This record gives sequence, C-alpha cells and structure tokens, in this order.
Amino acid sequence: MTTMTMAKALNAALRRALEADPKVVIAGQDVGKLGGVFRVTEGLQKDFGEHRVVDSPLAESGIVGTALGMALRGYRPVCEIQFDGFVFPAFDQIVTQVAKMHFRSSGRLPVPLVIRIPYGGGIGAVEHHSESPEAYFCHTTGLKVVTCSNPADAYWMIQQAIASDDPIIFLEPKRRYHERAEVDERETPPPLHSARIVRPGTDVTLVAYGPMVKTCLDAAEAAIQDGHDLEVIDLRTLSPLDMAVVDESVQKTGRVVTVHEAQLNLGLGAELAARITEQCFYSLEAPVLRVAGFDTPYPPSRVEEEYLPDLDRVLDMVDRSLAY
Amino acid sequence: MSDASGASEEVELVQLLTPEGERLEHPEYSFSGDDDQIKGFYRDMVLTRRIDAEATALQRQGELGLWASCLGQEAAQVGSGRALGKQDFVFPTYREHGVALCLGVDPLHLLGLFRGIDLGGWDSQKYRFHLYTILIGAQTLHATGYAMAVERDGLVGTGDPDRDMAVIGYFGDGASSEGDVNEAFIFASSYNAPIVFFCQNNQWAISEPIERQSRIPLYRRASGFGFPGVRVDGNDVLAVYAATTAALERARTGNGPTLIEAYTYRMGAHTTSDDPTKYRLADELEHWRLKDPIGRVRAYLTRSGSGEEAFFADVETEASDLAAALRAGCLALPDPRILDLFDYVYAEQTPYLIEQKERYAEYVASFEDVSQDAGLRQAQRDGQPQPAFPGGVH
Repeated sequence: MTTMTMAKALNAALRRALEADPKVVIAGQDVGKLGGVFRVTEGLQKDFGEHRVVDSPLAESGIVGTALGMALRGYRPVCEIQFDGFVFPAFDQIVTQVAKMHFRSSGRLPVPLVIRIPYGGGIGAVEHHSESPEAYFCHTTGLKVVTCSNPADAYWMIQQAIASDDPIIFLEPKRRYHERAEVDERETPPPLHSARIVRPGTDVTLVAYGPMVKTCLDAAEAAIQDGHDLEVIDLRTLSPLDMAVVDESVQKTGRVVTVHEAQLNLGLGAELAARITEQCFYSLEAPVLRVAGFDTPYPPSRVEEEYLPDLDRVLDMVDRSLAY
Repeated sequence: MSDASGASEEVELVQLLTPEGERLEHPEYSFSGDDDQIKGFYRDMVLTRRIDAEATALQRQGELGLWASCLGQEAAQVGSGRALGKQDFVFPTYREHGVALCLGVDPLHLLGLFRGIDLGGWDSQKYRFHLYTILIGAQTLHATGYAMAVERDGLVGTGDPDRDMAVIGYFGDGASSEGDVNEAFIFASSYNAPIVFFCQNNQWAISEPIERQSRIPLYRRASGFGFPGVRVDGNDVLAVYAATTAALERARTGNGPTLIEAYTYRMGAHTTSDDPTKYRLADELEHWRLKDPIGRVRAYLTRSGSGEEAFFADVETEASDLAAALRAGCLALPDPRILDLFDYVYAEQTPYLIEQKERYAEYVASFEDVSQDAGLRQAQRDGQPQPAFPGGVH
C-alpha cells in the first residue's frame, strides 16, 4: 500500500503498462522530456526511449490518426490530448475513423487505442482548458468512455483501458490530479466497465463521476447534520453505463440526483434520467433531478466556482427531491 | 515558379512513354523491365477498365447505390500497384480499383461496399490493402502511423529484401487541401517514416478544378515539408512504375517519405451521382482522350512486335469473362443481417448493445406468431414481395 497523488498513480500505471507490453506506445504533445504539462508521463521517455514515449508534432488529428495507424499494426497507443478543449481538431478522426473501424471491418480490425484527456474545471485556467466534453464521446458508438475519481481507480483503470481491444476515451479530472490516497498495487481491481457505490446510504442516491465524486461525498457528509443519509455512486464507466448498480440503488432509495460539471442539456444526466425512469418507474418517489454546469460556455475563471456544481447546489437538489 | 497554376503542363513531368507509344529516356528514371512486364501492365489496365465499366453499368441498372469510376486513371493505379513489393502495405481512397486488382482483391468485394452489402468486405491484412476510406484524406494519417509502426518493428533499412517494407498512401488533388493530409506530411517528415504519398491529381474534386486547391504544382508542396516530390505523367504506366519503385525503395531503405504527383485526368464523373457537363468543357475531355493510358501501351506493343493480335484478343476475352463473373457475383451477394451488425461495434460486446439486439430480435420474432396482417406489414418492411392473396397461403 502506497500513498500517492492521482498524477503519480497514472504515472506508475503507465510505467507498468510500458514494462508489461512492448507494443504500448505513449504519444502526445510535451509527453517526453517535459513529462506532460501535468507531469503524468514524467520520466517515462528517459527510461523507455523516444520510440516508446513520443513527443508529437502540435496536431491533434495527427496524433490520433497516426495512433490509429499504429493500432492497425498491433500497437497499443496511449495518446494524450493536452487539454479537454483541444480534442476537437481530432474529433473527426475519433468519430469517423477510430470509433467505426471495428464495425466497418465486420470485426476484423480491433483498435486498441487509449485517448487520455485531462478534463473539467476548477483550476483557474483560461478558455478551452476547463471543459467536460464526455457526452460527445458517449454519444459515439464504437467508443468506450471511462473516468477515474481517485488515485487507486486511476492506477487500475488506465491499465485496464490499455489492455482493452476497444478504443477508450480516458478522462482524467485535472483538479483531482494532486489529491492523495492509498493505492494497493497488489489488489485485484473491479472490472473496468463497472460502477461502484462509494458511500452507502438510504435516503437519496447521488450519481456522479470524475471530479464530482468528491463533491458528492462531501455533500453526503454535510447532509448527516440534516438527518439525511445519502448514497453516492461513482459511475467510473460513462459508456457503456453500468445501470445495474444505479437501478439497484434507486430501487432502494426511490430518489436520485445526478451530478456533473458538463452542461445540463443532453448531458449524461439526461440519459441517466431516461434509463432510470424506464427501469425504476414504480420505485421512484420523485423525478430524477439533475445538477450540472449551466448551459453557457465555460465561464471566465473568476466565476467558475459559481458555474461548477458544489456541495450547496447538490444539497439544494437533494432537498427538492425529498420535498416530493 | 513563373506559372502559378497547379494545373499547368509547362511544369516538367517524368514521362517514359509518350501518348503515341514512343519510349523516352529520362536522366533520373528508367523502366528496365521487358515487354512481357509491359504486357502484364496492359492486361491489368484493360481488366481495371472493364471492372469499372461493368460496375458503372450495374449502378445504372440499380444494382449498385453508387460507383466511383477510375476511368482514365488506370496507369496511375496499375503502375503504382505493380511497383509494390511483397511486404508493402496500401492505404487506398475509395477509387483505387486498379490497385486492388494488382493486390489480388476480388473486385466483387469492392462492389459489396457500393451495393450496400458491407462497409469493406475484404481482409485488409491478408491483401495488404486497407479498407477504402470514404472521408477525404483521413487515411493518409493511418498510413503514416502504420509506417511509424513498421519502423518500430525494425523492418526498415535492414538490407534484407524479404524484411524491408514501405507503406503507400493514396489521395487526390482535392484531399491535398485537407488538414489531415498536411498533418500526415508533417508526421511522416518529422519521424522519417517509410511512406510514399501517392497523389492522383485527376484535375477535379467533384466540380472544383485543381486551381481551387493549389496555386503551385502539388508535387512542389513536398519541399515545404522537407522531403522530395516528383510529378509523373499519370497516364504513363512506365513512368508511374519507375517513380513509385524508386520512392518505395527510398522508404524501405530508411530515407523517408516521397510525394508522387501522378498527373492524370478523371475521364468520368466524380461518381455516378455527378454530372460533369455542368462544370467542364467537352474539349478538355477530348484533349485527355488523346493521352489515354491504355492506347499508348497498345501502340507501343504493336510497334515493338511484342503484342500480337492474339494477345490483345485474349485480354479482351479475359476482361469479358471477368465482367460476366462480376455481374453474376454482384447479383448473388447476400444482404447483411442487421442482427449481425450489433456484434461488430466492439471487440468486447457491451451488455447494453446485447440488450438492444435481443429486444429487436424479439420484436421481429413477434411477427411470426400473430395475424396475417402483421406478417404482411413485416414483409413490407423487409421489402419482400407480398403474397398475391393475403388471406391464402401459409
């Protein structure tokens, strides 16, 4: 058992993946000598060489398109997109090529490709550095989308993503990069595409992922003072969704609030609401309620704390749910 | 650089066989093969043209949804396709029917895509011929990444002809404007990847002439990216073969990328949905008809005495047989089953898709048990002929 930050956990896991399989290649802007702008790949080029940890030209479509070409020859590339808002030049390659190759080839051409994207706000950044683009990728069949909320999950999930034969968008909550927790490098992790109850409770279910899991756990602690016992689910996998865990929880509590940083309109909360309504209609005591970023573009950073869902907005929505 | 036009023919282009069938010398490129090899090129080009004509006819008769003709580009495709070594790997656009033929891909597979049977029905690893890419230019990045992988596999510059390999990425004059093609040039150059960028400049991107894409001859773009570019007469199979052979060898030996601009002409429409009479003059077509890639080889073989009448007749017979088999095969292609398609989305199937598939299977099955009326509705949905007497047979 070692205590480490999420950034260090990812670094240790990438090191382990590079050691385990010579076909694993890391590529991206500044991932080599610099070790990435968040230092997630620090020291890896020094130890594995420029052929395994590749500083790419500054062209996101090129990074993803060439990675797909390498995957077609049996490599397992792990691309880093430097920031969430920079992924869009690569969006065409991801949506029209990466996501469809297995289908187009009637299953003959798997694409074992991981695209790591630091995402989300809360770090006081300039425009295009704080976005939550997960819904675009979840809407794209052929991709799988996962996100970690803590160092232990980061450590295991990135290795599981690299081992997967499907293309995976791996979202890293950048404002949690430097939070510490224990990582047991010998445990057997849960399957990649599984959700987890991170705090059991009986009154209302909070469904969150990535950076909002901690916010929800804090909200659940605060709710104790109000006499409310909240259950918190960390989705971990956004596509496919692991609805079994969610449904079982909602059937117990009868109330559910979804929480994400991304904009409300057609965000993950909308899909969760639809699926929960289909599966748990007779268990619901209140409509599925959603806490999310506003439907404005991401704001200037001086007001981002108001834009981002926080403990109080989560608890306010919990109160509304309980009021039904 | 006095002429700013990308379409100019004043720019020097490598030519080893004139439109009249005369062999030419070139200081840098030569064709050292014999007439038997040239007869092979002739056969490949005639077969390619016949496949193309048959597919166009099948589209006109409603048997294909669309066809992208390669008429006029046979020399560019066969010359480059025949230059490939036995390890080399191809990333085509959707028009490389002649290259496919050279690599042994059954032309019926090409038709499957245009008939709506599949999205690419051949085993790309087996033929070393990747699936057709419909979106313009996207495959040049895949080709570059594949070449980067080849280099990592230690299959470049070993000096062993059974090991060394190169990658060739096809694209067109329109694609040269796409960001992906320019990014592919940068990645290939930066990593010195073993790749040949093969641009068939057929002068037209649907209705837009080359001048809309480039104000300089396309091959000159290569110098801005730091690797050599060459313009060849794309209707001269010998020049295309010679230039591609040299560029592939350069890539295999670790000397990096080359851009070949095969200067040719799209004799047909962009696709069967297009009407080129709306945007180009018949004169232009006549001008290029005199430069036909097949005619000049036939003229040469006739003059050299290698091409007897029997040879030309045999090729015609072979082409007719191939067309007949292609037509029969096309009409016999089985439609895909939508229930199978659910299984192709992921390598590791998801519970959600399994659930969708099962629900749809149940829905379909529900029509088998209920009334004739419902069965009739399903038959209509499936596009099956309806029974003449709905109340009758069962």
